[in-house]
Amino acid sequence: MSTHSPQGLSSSSAVMRHAALLITGALILIPFVWMVSLSIKPPGEIFRASFSFWPHEFYGIENYTKALTEAPLPQYMLNGVFVCASIVILQILICAPAAYALAKLDFPGKNLLFAMVLIALLLPHEVLALPLFILGYQIGILNTYAALIVPYVVSPFGIFLFRQFFKTIPDDVIHAARLDGLSELSIVWKIMVPMALPAIIAFGIFSVVGHWNSLFWPLIAVRDQSLMPPPLGIMAFKNEEAGNDYGPLMAASTIVVLPLIIAFLSAQRWFVEGLTGGAVK
Amino acid sequence: MSLATSTAPEPAASSTDSAGGRKALRRQRLAETITAWSLAGPALILLVTLFFLPVFAVFAIALTDWQFGASDLAFVGLGNFKEVFADEGFRASLVNTIVYVAIVVPGTISLGLVIALLIESGKSCRAFYRAIHFLPFMATLTAMAIAWEPLLHPTIGLVNQTLASLGLPTANWLRDEGTVLPVLAVIGIWQNLGYAMVLFLAGLKSIPQDLYDAADIDGADLWFDRLRTVTLPMLGPVSMFVFIVVALRAFETFDTVQVLTQGGPGHASEMLLFTLYRESFQYLRTGYGAAVAVVFLCIVVALTLIQARVLDKRVHYQ
Repeated sequence: MSTHSPQGLSSSSAVMRHAALLITGALILIPFVWMVSLSIKPPGEIFRASFSFWPHEFYGIENYTKALTEAPLPQYMLNGVFVCASIVILQILICAPAAYALAKLDFPGKNLLFAMVLIALLLPHEVLALPLFILGYQIGILNTYAALIVPYVVSPFGIFLFRQFFKTIPDDVIHAARLDGLSELSIVWKIMVPMALPAIIAFGIFSVVGHWNSLFWPLIAVRDQSLMPPPLGIMAFKNEEAGNDYGPLMAASTIVVLPLIIAFLSAQRWFVEGLTGGAVK
Repeated sequence: MSLATSTAPEPAASSTDSAGGRKALRRQRLAETITAWSLAGPALILLVTLFFLPVFAVFAIALTDWQFGASDLAFVGLGNFKEVFADEGFRASLVNTIVYVAIVVPGTISLGLVIALLIESGKSCRAFYRAIHFLPFMATLTAMAIAWEPLLHPTIGLVNQTLASLGLPTANWLRDEGTVLPVLAVIGIWQNLGYAMVLFLAGLKSIPQDLYDAADIDGADLWFDRLRTVTLPMLGPVSMFVFIVVALRAFETFDTVQVLTQGGPGHASEMLLFTLYRESFQYLRTGYGAAVAVVFLCIVVALTLIQARVLDKRVHYQ
């Protein structure tokens, strides 16, 4: 469709295009806009239904203070950062060498290993939750950071994606590195990973967004508020403290959603690539 | 590659001159094998521990009457599965999930496609429109579900206010059995259409300009003719892919149910993952929960395999 009429769109259809996209865009943004609007309104105005975005009385300070102090929201955010960072670092440490072996080395069992990666890729993680819960109970890591991190340290998608990228790196590069006396492990970290940096970044975004947003497993794995990642924390905040006190609740939601949105807007291309990664290739 | 010097057994080694060369080659192979397995070892062990053993365990537990914490258990064969399918709650959950998927998939695909076509049909503001429509896909769904709740509130919600001011009937969207599932589906579409859009945008970019030129020569002057003869047929493979991934994501819906409805009112919005969660981790009916997990797994795997097969056979560029 990109150039379906060589001289470009006529001006009337260009206007139509903008009108249509602005309307759908506005509809898409309503939940975000209303969330922010309610987060700066006092309870009285929230319950006196009105269409206005901006409140008569600005109540943002009170709502955001309440969100940050009545629930350990900063703690939730730190938990999220720590858990997501640990997961993505461990995933890369474990997946990159395996992907290198699958892409560049020849060994008996290679096809079997790759088949295992593909099968694991097919399994929805929620199905594994029950045995992983029992495993976590047996080794005594439930209700710790480890419970949030360990189930995800190996990513079949990561192995798959890295393998695809490593395969495109010429063998000559590896031979040259071997002649220079690099060990296979240094080839992975000093040659392959830097050369496949776009794939690593895309995977990193995919992983961090996925785990920052995930609710299902944290709900099972931890009970202490001090360990909760943001989605679980904000759900607890809704159920326990805020209830229908929409102002602070919307403030808390805004705070939870904001880091990813800022990151997304500043690196849109990377995010789109990361979150749809592999899909298009 | 300085590993393994003394091991390689050589049962068939001949005594000719080339034996030394072959021996070196074999030694090199062995070294490569050892290197490869030591690099892939951690991943292999973790894949087995965190994916394969658990999946076997789910099947095994599903055949028992075990309740988490109980010290004994008995083999009950397919008893749990009979119970699952006889259970009205589960059947409602299964039907709800299918209805939900049947709304979300066509809704997401058609809107995603229309928006992608609109964005690609002009040159200006592409990144801006793409960003806006993609935003819900990466925003934390738990938080956004919490943000949807006041929108849908029966008295102070923006949706009902708008409808009332237009003189249209309002509803208690999340507490009415008739509306709750479609409303969750709308949130599902809202969340996923940007994902479909991005995949379609990539598909549109890969259509060669030659085809449009050829269509022009064939007399496809109108926008609609080009769409029908070139664009849509060429989007076949991408569409199949979008269909699979959106369907899978829809089947795996959990956050909105957990935050907004808890499956209610009654069982009206109960979906498979929520049932799985509640039975396994709230009621601790472990055997039953595992049976639900097996059913869920079968649906997801069947969907993937069927679609992969269709993808292989039917849809290709011609």
